[in-house]
Amino acid sequence: MNALSLIALGDIAPTTMAALADALWKVYDLDIRTLAPLPAPAYAFDAQRNQYSSARILAKLITAIPAGPARVLAVTDRDLFIPMLSFVFGHAQFNGRVALISLARLSQEYYQRPEQPELSMARAIKEAVHEIGHTFGLTHCPNARCPMSLSNTIFQVDGKTEELCKSCSILLEETLLKANHRTLLQTEKRL
Amino acid sequence: MKTHWNILVVDDEEIMRESLAAWLREDGFAVDTATCGKEGVDRAREKEYAICFIDLKMPGGVDGIETMMEIKKIQPEASVIIVTAYATVDTAITAMKEGAQEYIVKPCNPEEISLLVSRIIKVKNLQRENSILRKKLLKQYSFCDIISKNAKMLDIFTLIREISSLRSTVLIQGESGTGKELIARAIHYSGERAHKPFIGVSCAALAESLLESELFGHEKGSFTGASSQKKGKFELADGGTIFLDEIGDISPKVQIDLLRVLQERTLYRVGGTEQINVDVRIIAATNKDLEAAVRDRTFRDDLFYRLNVINIHIPPLRERGEDIPLLAHHFIEHLSHELGKEIIDISEGALKRLLNHNWPGNVRELENAVERAMVTSKSRVLAEEDFAFVNHTPEREAWAVPPQLTMEEIENRVITTTLHRTHGNIKEAATILGIDRSTLYDRLKRYNLPRNQ
Repeated sequence: MNALSLIALGDIAPTTMAALADALWKVYDLDIRTLAPLPAPAYAFDAQRNQYSSARILAKLITAIPAGPARVLAVTDRDLFIPMLSFVFGHAQFNGRVALISLARLSQEYYQRPEQPELSMARAIKEAVHEIGHTFGLTHCPNARCPMSLSNTIFQVDGKTEELCKSCSILLEETLLKANHRTLLQTEKRL
Repeated sequence: MKTHWNILVVDDEEIMRESLAAWLREDGFAVDTATCGKEGVDRAREKEYAICFIDLKMPGGVDGIETMMEIKKIQPEASVIIVTAYATVDTAITAMKEGAQEYIVKPCNPEEISLLVSRIIKVKNLQRENSILRKKLLKQYSFCDIISKNAKMLDIFTLIREISSLRSTVLIQGESGTGKELIARAIHYSGERAHKPFIGVSCAALAESLLESELFGHEKGSFTGASSQKKGKFELADGGTIFLDEIGDISPKVQIDLLRVLQERTLYRVGGTEQINVDVRIIAATNKDLEAAVRDRTFRDDLFYRLNVINIHIPPLRERGEDIPLLAHHFIEHLSHELGKEIIDISEGALKRLLNHNWPGNVRELENAVERAMVTSKSRVLAEEDFAFVNHTPEREAWAVPPQLTMEEIENRVITTTLHRTHGNIKEAATILGIDRSTLYDRLKRYNLPRNQ
C-alpha cells in the first residue's frame, strides 16, 4: 500500500512534483508515489471571485481517488478560496485523507517581482508539509519557524523552515504509532 | 490553550460552514456547526462556546441577529461574530447594538480573521486566568468562611489554629458586624470539639430570668409557665462549645451563675437541686469595652479574668481596607447564586467609593451594601452609581475630650489605649504615637504603667 500519493491537477511541472515527493519523504518517512495527473479543476471555478473553491476540489478528490493511498496531496496552480476568506494557500481534510496546495500565490510573479524558481519551490514544500501535517491531525504550531505554523501571508511562509519542529515531530510520531498499532490489530483480527 | 475553547459556526450554506469550521479546526479549536439559527440555539443550550460565527441571512424564520440574541440569553459570555456577504451600515449597527462583538464581511483576509479570533481568545484566557487567580487568592485568604489578608486577622487565624483544641475560655472583642460569631465557629469547627454541638446564645436578647432558664435550664414548676423540665444551653452544648454573644449585657446575677460554671464546671437548673456536670468550652463575645465595665464595676472582674483567658480582638473593617475588595468580590460571587443575578465584577470606581466609606457596621454593613447594589444594578459589573447610597463618611468621628482631665491623665490614657491596641507591642505603639521607643519606655515608667497590656 502506498502511504502517500501526489497528484497534479492540470499542468504541473514533473520536476516540481518530484521535488515535493522528495521533500515529503524526508519529513514524513513514508512510501511515496506520484499518481497520473487529473485535469485542472474547472468544476470548482467561481466566476464571481475568479478563483477556485478548495472545498469543492477536496470533495471531488475524496470520491475520485481510489482507495489505497493512506494520504493524497493534490497540487494545483489555480488560486484557491474558501467562502469566508479571500484566499487560501492550501486546504486539507483535518485528520483525513486528502490535502491540496496551490502554487498560484507562491511565485514571486504573483507579487510583481522577478520569478525565483528555488524560492517558489521552497514555499511549495513548506505548504505541502503543512497540509499533509493537518491530515495527520497536527494543528497550527505556535513556533513561527515550524512549517505547521499558520501562514496568512507569504512573509509568514518565508519565515518557516521545511522541517517540523521537535514538538510537532513527536506528535506526528505518536499519531503514526497509533495508526500502525491499529493496522496491526486489524491484521491480527483478520488472521 | 485553544482546544479548551469551543467555537460554533452557524450558516445554512454547507460549503461556507464546513470550510470555516475546517479552517478553525486546523488552528486547534474544537468546532461545532449548525445549519440554521434554531439548531445553533440548541447547540448553545448543550455546550459553552467562546465564539459563535453566525451568518446574518439564513432561511427558516430565524435570522442571524435573532439567533445571536437567543444565544446571548443562554450564554451571555459568548462572543458573537456576525458574518455577511452584503455589508450595510444599518445591519452592522443593529448587530453591534444587539451585542455582536464583531461584524465581518466575507470574504475577509485570513490575517484579519486570525487576528480577530486570537484577540477574542486572548481576552477569554485572561478572564479565565483572572477568575482562577481570584478564587486561589480567596482560598489563600480564607479560613473557615472568614476572608481576610489583613496582618492582624492572619495572626488571629494562626491563634485560632493553636487554641482550637484547648478547653480554655476565649473572649472575642470587636465592633458590631466584625464577625465575632464566625471566629467562634472557626475555633469550634477547627478543633477536636468539631463533631460536638456548637450552641450560640445572644445574652442581650433575653430578660434576666429568661436568660438564666435558657442557659441553665429549669425544673418543672420552678416558675410560672415552667410546665415541664427543660435542659439549658450549657447541657445541650455538653462536649462542645457554648458561644455567649454580647456577654457585656448580662446582669450581675447571671454573672455570678456564669462564674460558678466557669470555676466548678457544674450547674444547677433553675429551681433544681441536682448538680449537673458539664464539659463545655465557653467562647464569649462583646462589642463593649469590658475593661471599662470592670473599672465602672458593672462587670465582675473575677468573671472578666475567667473569660479573658485567651483574648481575640477583631479589628474593625475601616482598619483593614485591604479586605474591602476581597470581601466585595466574595459577596458578589456568593450572592449572585443566591439572588440569581449574573453579576461578575465590581468597577474600580465602585471599589474606591467602598474604600472611602467608614463602615461603622463593619463586614455586615458591607455585605448588605453589596446585596443592595446587586439587587438594583442593571449591569453585569457593579458600578459606582450602584453604591450611591453609600455615603462618604469622615475617617474618624471627632474625639471628645473627657471633662476634668489633666494633660498627664490624657497622656496616660492615650498610651494605655494604644498599647492595648498593639497588644503590648512597644515598637508598634511608639510608631502609632509618633514618639521614640525610649520616650515611650520613659512614660511607662513615669505613669507606672505595665508594659504588657
